[in-house]
Amino acid sequence: MEKTVNQRAWFLVLPVFLIVAFSAILPLMTVVNYSVQDTFGNNQFFWNGVGWFKELLDPHTDLGERFLASVGRNLLFSAIILAIEVPLGIVVALSMPRQGWQVAACLVILALPLLIPWNVVGTIWQIFGRPDIGLLGYVLNRIGFNYNYVANDLDAWFTVIIMDVWHWTSLVALLCYAGLKSIPDAYYQAAQIDGASRWAVFKAIQLPKMNRVLLIAVLLRFMDSFMIYTEPFVVTGGGPGNSTTFVSIELVKIALGQFDLGKAAALSLVYNLIILIVCWIFYTVMTNAGADRPAKESVK
Amino acid sequence: MSTIPGRRIIMVTFLFFLLLPIYWLVNMSFKTNNEIVTSMHLWPYQPTLANYRTIFTDESWYSGYINSLKYVIINTVISISVALPFFNLYSAINLFDTPWAVALAHCIFNVPLAVWILEGFVSSVPREIDETAFLDGYSFPRFFVKILIPLIASGIGVAAFFCFMFSWVELLLARTLTSVAAKPISATMTRTVSAAGVDWGLLAAAGVLTIIPGALVIWFVRNYIARGFALGRV
Repeated sequence: MEKTVNQRAWFLVLPVFLIVAFSAILPLMTVVNYSVQDTFGNNQFFWNGVGWFKELLDPHTDLGERFLASVGRNLLFSAIILAIEVPLGIVVALSMPRQGWQVAACLVILALPLLIPWNVVGTIWQIFGRPDIGLLGYVLNRIGFNYNYVANDLDAWFTVIIMDVWHWTSLVALLCYAGLKSIPDAYYQAAQIDGASRWAVFKAIQLPKMNRVLLIAVLLRFMDSFMIYTEPFVVTGGGPGNSTTFVSIELVKIALGQFDLGKAAALSLVYNLIILIVCWIFYTVMTNAGADRPAKESVK
Repeated sequence: MSTIPGRRIIMVTFLFFLLLPIYWLVNMSFKTNNEIVTSMHLWPYQPTLANYRTIFTDESWYSGYINSLKYVIINTVISISVALPFFNLYSAINLFDTPWAVALAHCIFNVPLAVWILEGFVSSVPREIDETAFLDGYSFPRFFVKILIPLIASGIGVAAFFCFMFSWVELLLARTLTSVAAKPISATMTRTVSAAGVDWGLLAAAGVLTIIPGALVIWFVRNYIARGFALGRV
């Protein structure tokens, strides 16, 4: 019985394979194909082997220098926003009202930034941060900061980071909230009988229960922040100078600006690989951290 | 659910932080350009609907919204239906510059997501239900339609919400794959930047209008949002 069901399942997932093949694997193979060739226009391609990859990973060449610098910037960006968004998301989730209409209202407002098209998010912050017409820029300048995200590296970073926090903290908060909602009341009652402190409840009950959703949150946020393109492109355009040029912006510059398909293809493959590796590390570390816990519980 | 001290203040502050930039956009969309550039008011002193009027009367503007909605809906339908392996895949020729092109491209990230969410919901259906259904003589397709689908209906709603969300917010693919006929609103918005400078009021009005469909969708699925964000696994 089980066997027939399994065999039939293959037919049922066939459409998924077809559509993923059509929309993901074919384009990916085209990119692989480009990455080992050089072109001088006219649709003539020449075999170049791993030349682009060598150049890309060698910091002494122009391409390598630009690539590694943008990867560095991007990793720093991802680290900063993860460090802000994950704790803030947990705090917001813990602050959710318990019942009544406020719950629905809070959920709707929280989800709002997630459903705004990314370039509109960029536009909102572009306007909001301008010293002449935006509230944030105006107020900051009024209270004495010389804030101008078009001219100052640090201000540009501040704007991009606060924009990302604004945009995506809700995702972490909603995930954590879903995790918290699934904890049965009996756990809290037991904690109360044991006289557990607020902090102990958080550490021993809430955090372990949120483990799984936190994994999803960290993975999603890392991937998205590492692939970020639209919002900083709209707000800063990668500037001032190169200070907010993240990997994706660099990639588009090379691919569409200079039309170096070979270099761009090599870059996007390496880029893809970095994301995969980092996600795999996160995944392994976090699932392992979760895996010893049930074992410990059963020992008790 | 146990909560933390000062939670009301935290929540209100955070919601305020979320709403303030949106409010500023709405505020600007009701101002004239002259007022935007020359003064700094928390609300429009000479409120105007001119920006919205431009969008609703100029075809190149409102067709952007229609295109966006088209491909978002197509994409949602495809993702859900193949993820719930159920329909045959539509095969289209001549894809460039049609909403289909964008919809299919968006399937790259929506199909796996839909599979992930629905898998969580499906696997939460107890195995005994399958077995009982087969003992009662249900064929597999009948079981699928009569029992499984109703059981995971909220899951399908949630997955649809996510597909809508990711398809709606995407700009890059939409812009590269379309030229004129199928341009989505997010690409049309770049038109406000002209040689004469940026038409801030119009840009703000267009932005406000892109927020509205999202807000409506959230309102409909608000009771399932929390579960959906946990990808049906909680």
